[in-house]
Amino acid sequence: MCATCGCSTAEIKHQHLPLLTPLLADNDSTASHNREHLDAHGVLAINLMSSPGAGKTTLLEATIQRLRSRKRIFVVEGDLATENDARRIRAQGVPAIQITTGNACHLDAAMLHHALHDIPLAEVDLLFIENVGNLVCPACFDLGAHRNVVLLSVPEGDDKPEKYPVMFRAADLVLITKTDLLEHIPEFDVRRAERSLQTIASAVSSIEMSSRGGPGLDAWCEWLDQESSRVRA
Amino acid sequence: MHEISVCMAIVAQVERISRQHDARVSSITLKIGPLSGVEPTLLERAYPLAAAGTPLAAARLIIDRAPIRVRCKNCGAETIADPNRMVCASCGDWHTDLLSGDELLLASVELERVTTSGAPLQ
Repeated sequence: MCATCGCSTAEIKHQHLPLLTPLLADNDSTASHNREHLDAHGVLAINLMSSPGAGKTTLLEATIQRLRSRKRIFVVEGDLATENDARRIRAQGVPAIQITTGNACHLDAAMLHHALHDIPLAEVDLLFIENVGNLVCPACFDLGAHRNVVLLSVPEGDDKPEKYPVMFRAADLVLITKTDLLEHIPEFDVRRAERSLQTIASAVSSIEMSSRGGPGLDAWCEWLDQESSRVRA
Repeated sequence: MHEISVCMAIVAQVERISRQHDARVSSITLKIGPLSGVEPTLLERAYPLAAAGTPLAAARLIIDRAPIRVRCKNCGAETIADPNRMVCASCGDWHTDLLSGDELLLASVELERVTTSGAPLQ
């Protein structure tokens, strides 16, 4: 207080602090930590993303049937409220952990980090993370997986990449699923789906496949083998 | 609606900065591009919910919306693009590199501290 008149001598100092740091810096650092942990054990982690009903769980069932004799697989399931998907995976003889997200619309790195504590990584070659069915929110959150695989199913329409550019630009591989339905859905044109990816300037590879079998499923399993050897290299 | 998660991350990060500098935060400036996957309008609506009951409840949120800019690998032109159409606006080729537009950044904060000694902020 001022000794002369008793007024307050307090003044407010202002400071502009430039930062330019990522908004999700905490998530990103947890994701890096997850990746280091997976790398240390030579585990390939795949983040599967798509809209609800594009066939993620069915793809996993078919993949497990093809690969289980030569790969030790573990699945992390992100589901809003039910254990249904995890139960389907366990029925294939593969361990699965359910991250029940409640009303959350995406998984984040902290949720995966928590799940990793319950996974015996030394006994796993291939970790699938089935994200919440949603083409918007999961695209923003790095989990620490090595590759993002996005499914686009034939009944959804061939213009999905243009409608969800953030998700499809985040993809390291696009699987065009349910191609066994192409004969019933002539509106879906695979070439148009590829052009839709080009419209958002994505040079991502795509595989046309049906989880019921066929050459696309073989190509997907070969891709997983290639990526697995890269992580172990 | 993942914007509430993003707002909670902002609050956690900025509260940490506020403590480090022992200062009140009067405003927070974000830089958000259309390809960030975050909707600025939803973020503005979610922020008061995430900041309620924290020292940041009174801080103003300012969002700087960055445009999408691409460089064409074919003709070299640098043009503005749309999230749903990222082709070169000059020659139409789809082989473009993103120069900006996917930012999701905490650009800056304005700090204020009541001081009686005239000491500068740390």
